[in-house]
Amino acid sequence: MIIIITNTNLNTGTETSARADKRAFDELRNLKIEAGVLERADGSAYLEMGGNKVLAAVYGPRELFVRRLMQPNRAVLRCKYNMAPFSVDDRKRPGPDRRSVEISKITSDALSPAVFLEKFPRSTIDVYIEVLEAEGGTRCAGITAASVALADAGIPMRDMVVACAAGKSDGNVVLDLSEVEDKEGEADLPIAMMPRTGEITLLQMDGDLTEEEFQQALDLAIGGCKKINEEQKKAIKNRYGE
Amino acid sequence: MVHIVPEIIKESVTNLVKNGERTDGRAFDEYREISLETGIIEKAEGSARVKIGKTQIVIGTKPQIGTPFGDTPNVGVLMTNTELLPMAAPNFESGPPDENSVELSRVTDRCIREGKVVDLEKLCIVEGEKVWMVFLDLHVIDYDGNLMDAAVLGSVAALMNTKIPTTKIENDEIVLDYENMMPLPINEKALMCTFAKIDGELIIDPSLEEEEIMGARLSIGMTEDGNICAMQKGGAQPLDREKILKVVSIAKMKTAELRTHLP
Amino acid sequence: MIFVEDKEIVIPGDILADEEYHSGRGTFKENDKVCSSLVGLVAIRDKKISVIPLQSKYIPKRGDVVIGEVTDIRFSMWNLDINSPYSGFLPASDVFGKEKRELNRTFDVGDVLFLRVVDVDEVKKVKLGLKGRGLGKFRGGILINITPTKVPRLIGKKGSMINMIKDQTHCEVIVGQNGVVWVKGEPSMERVAEKVINMIEDQAHTSGLTDRVRNMLAKLLGIEPEEAEYELGEPESVEESDELEISEEVEITEIIEISEESDELKKSEPPEEKEESKEDEID
Repeated sequence: MIIIITNTNLNTGTETSARADKRAFDELRNLKIEAGVLERADGSAYLEMGGNKVLAAVYGPRELFVRRLMQPNRAVLRCKYNMAPFSVDDRKRPGPDRRSVEISKITSDALSPAVFLEKFPRSTIDVYIEVLEAEGGTRCAGITAASVALADAGIPMRDMVVACAAGKSDGNVVLDLSEVEDKEGEADLPIAMMPRTGEITLLQMDGDLTEEEFQQALDLAIGGCKKINEEQKKAIKNRYGE
Repeated sequence: MVHIVPEIIKESVTNLVKNGERTDGRAFDEYREISLETGIIEKAEGSARVKIGKTQIVIGTKPQIGTPFGDTPNVGVLMTNTELLPMAAPNFESGPPDENSVELSRVTDRCIREGKVVDLEKLCIVEGEKVWMVFLDLHVIDYDGNLMDAAVLGSVAALMNTKIPTTKIENDEIVLDYENMMPLPINEKALMCTFAKIDGELIIDPSLEEEEIMGARLSIGMTEDGNICAMQKGGAQPLDREKILKVVSIAKMKTAELRTHLP
Repeated sequence: MIFVEDKEIVIPGDILADEEYHSGRGTFKENDKVCSSLVGLVAIRDKKISVIPLQSKYIPKRGDVVIGEVTDIRFSMWNLDINSPYSGFLPASDVFGKEKRELNRTFDVGDVLFLRVVDVDEVKKVKLGLKGRGLGKFRGGILINITPTKVPRLIGKKGSMINMIKDQTHCEVIVGQNGVVWVKGEPSMERVAEKVINMIEDQAHTSGLTDRVRNMLAKLLGIEPEEAEYELGEPESVEESDELEISEEVEITEIIEISEESDELKKSEPPEEKEESKEDEID
């Protein structure tokens, strides 16, 4: 038996603006960050960006019971990125898949340079990222939220870590790709950085960009990170009533 | 990782219960503060966020078209799945569902199924061939005691919030009409009340501390007319007949009270 | 150049000052700038800038007194959870000397002890001891966890805050430097003390806390606040911020003295004798 679907709202470009959601090329989606949202975790943060809804929680530094993972001179930073089954249009089967395992790894790599891991040898810092709703750019949203959760947990860091993507959609280099732009666009370039020093801690790219477009996209993403960093700061200070 | 409760906490909580008191000053039949929001996840066809005290669960539903089970060819399918996320408590671990998470899924499912919350027969599209399968996913994000009652309350709210496209059969083809969405057919709002046994007393809505030291637990699912639709005893200690009968009658009042939180 | 004010809330990576300033606790120096490594309150003392964390884990230090829970009994030692990334151990020899005895007859899993950190070695093994007045096993009471960096705030200047709680609730209160607090008194008073201590934990970073604690105690106990005993007003808030800063210098003797008043606190050996002999008979 065939199933026919009628009248779905597929975003097919009849819009006048260059971007489907009418944003300027260097405009971020609506952003909201809140720190300290969970009771049990040592630190936590909730982030909404466009249609993304992401929770991050941190436990630690705490005792590491798996001896083979133990580092004699520093803490290990373990990340788990997970998507709720209801976070996407077609239900996602629970449990890790190859994509979430990779994102967990690069998230750990993106956060580690900022954390004074050497202060807590032989221990572990566990970061859990839960995507409650996904609308393009969840890895960046997760890293930005996780950094707020780390700060909230009182973990010493050289700097915050903030992430944002730029890319190419409909022939234009644009900031913070939405889900449609990510899926139908020509390239996606998610980065994470430490805003004080400007050092890049995550860099991935897929698609097709000229050298010139890459530089444009990178600079756009760096600019986006700086704006998001302001919201991170506000979220942490709000928690303590400032 | 097993969490060992300090002996003096066991003593102090037990002694309070002996005197008719609880650590947070509640009466034995008093719930913590409850909050319930629905429609919080746009990509889910139905969703809810429930908080009982600091316990917090996010619930989403995903209806899909599938094949009915052979023995019930004209009945839709409800699938309940729970993740006790490692972010929710320091001793929750990631990985496949453990026995606690499976128990929570099954008891929630039992209360909703046996309470006939959803009219599953109305979810049949073509008998023996196509029915709606509703996935009910519970994401436990903060664990502060009494997951059962939060799970059922949030699930019923998420199901009530769920919209599915209407279907028509045209030329032997199923047509899904996304312009005319309809709510899931809800028959009943069955809810659950959980009691913890401490020092022989049964106290409602155990907090984390109370749950950690309780000897036994009894969860009672009830329909709107006060019939029992699901029960589950947990924990190593036995319960006596009189106490069971007493809390069943308390559960009747308390499920009615919980129901006022539903939209 | 300095870019922040005293008591301002800062976050990791914030640049606090130029090179002419010294980098204190909670800060680090990079490219001649003093930066914050934590979420916390700035404390400027002459040319030294520190950041007092608002949240932290307890890192064991030799000489600290801590409250720990027995989690395991092993060959010739007890393992204890001391609310830290590093668990501690108490050697049986510390309790029994050279005598051989069954460990679980003295301290069993789930028991809560008041201990001293004897040593932290290079692989972060934390050796605990019970030698010292007032150390031993707790009987009764309740436990409250607070952030370890807020311990000085709970104690207050020369014990002013903790003494106010003790006087008003008639509870014994013992504070471990690992943020675990033991309170014992009338059950209703224990809950009053718990509420007040949780409030101090939540509001440790604000000024005028002593007043609010006094008012809260008065309200919970249904009495008029006693204004005469503690000074009011502005000078207090300044002093309070000092308390937060000197956390490492908090006098341990102060805490020990509190514990001495408690006759519930027992040295490990004699009080356990009775129970032991009873068990022997049953065997």
